[in-house]
Amino acid sequence: MELAVFVLFGLAALVSAALVVAHRNPVYATMSLVVTLVSTAVLFVLLGSPFLAALQILLYTGAILVLFLFVIMLLNIGRERSSGARSPAQTWSAVILALLLAGSLGRLVWDAHKDSEAPPLDATFVSLRGLSEQLFSSYLLPFELIGLLLLVAVVAASWLARRHEEDEPEVAAPSPEDRP
Amino acid sequence: MTVPVSWYLLLAAALFAIGVIGALTRRSGIAIFLSIELMLNAANLTLAAYSRLLGDRAGQMVVFFALAVAAAEAAVGLALFINIFRLRRTIDVNRLNLMRW
Repeated sequence: MELAVFVLFGLAALVSAALVVAHRNPVYATMSLVVTLVSTAVLFVLLGSPFLAALQILLYTGAILVLFLFVIMLLNIGRERSSGARSPAQTWSAVILALLLAGSLGRLVWDAHKDSEAPPLDATFVSLRGLSEQLFSSYLLPFELIGLLLLVAVVAASWLARRHEEDEPEVAAPSPEDRP
Repeated sequence: MTVPVSWYLLLAAALFAIGVIGALTRRSGIAIFLSIELMLNAANLTLAAYSRLLGDRAGQMVVFFALAVAAAEAAVGLALFINIFRLRRTIDVNRLNLMRW
């Protein structure tokens, strides 16, 4: 059962990740990233952290990717034009580099962990209570700092994205005196 | 049958490599950003897998903080893209050569 779920959602994650990279239309690429993230959320559940799965769906697909879609539609970004494309040599060297990276990472992981057995899942590892107790005791300072970081990011983002009147040429808005 | 944790680690490595291909070959700034999110997600999967393997919740904590930082990063990054688009009318990284000599 676990194997079937793993294979199904692992394949879904891989295929949709390839679509994110390959698709020229940014809206479709974002939607397939949603599929990747939801599949990863399912894998988080299999790994015994349902809280992370919930966070992944709420935060990533619920907030971050909606922000992406919002910006894509706001800027009306269409398909990437193929004019002035990167040379095939550049693309192939990127692919070879990534394959080397994946191969060496996979080799490393396989050599280190091919026989390692995970301890059986118990209720205390999965429980939200244990997680929150740890979060609010030994990880309290990082937790507060994350709150501060999010505040700074919100202020910075809203300042950056506002319309800077002084930068833009004045659009000929009819002033009240000009009106007949 | 239970799935060995090493399979999750291999899957995460593959996802990371796909993200690397995207970040290196795409030209639209948004597409590069999406590929970076993909790599971040693969790293989160690795952390969760190690948390399971070692029976230690520290990995889950790091994923929690990484998610929050990703939210902040996406907000600021997308605001930067909006600004760049306003100034240059494009987010094609080949044409954004202001800081290139």
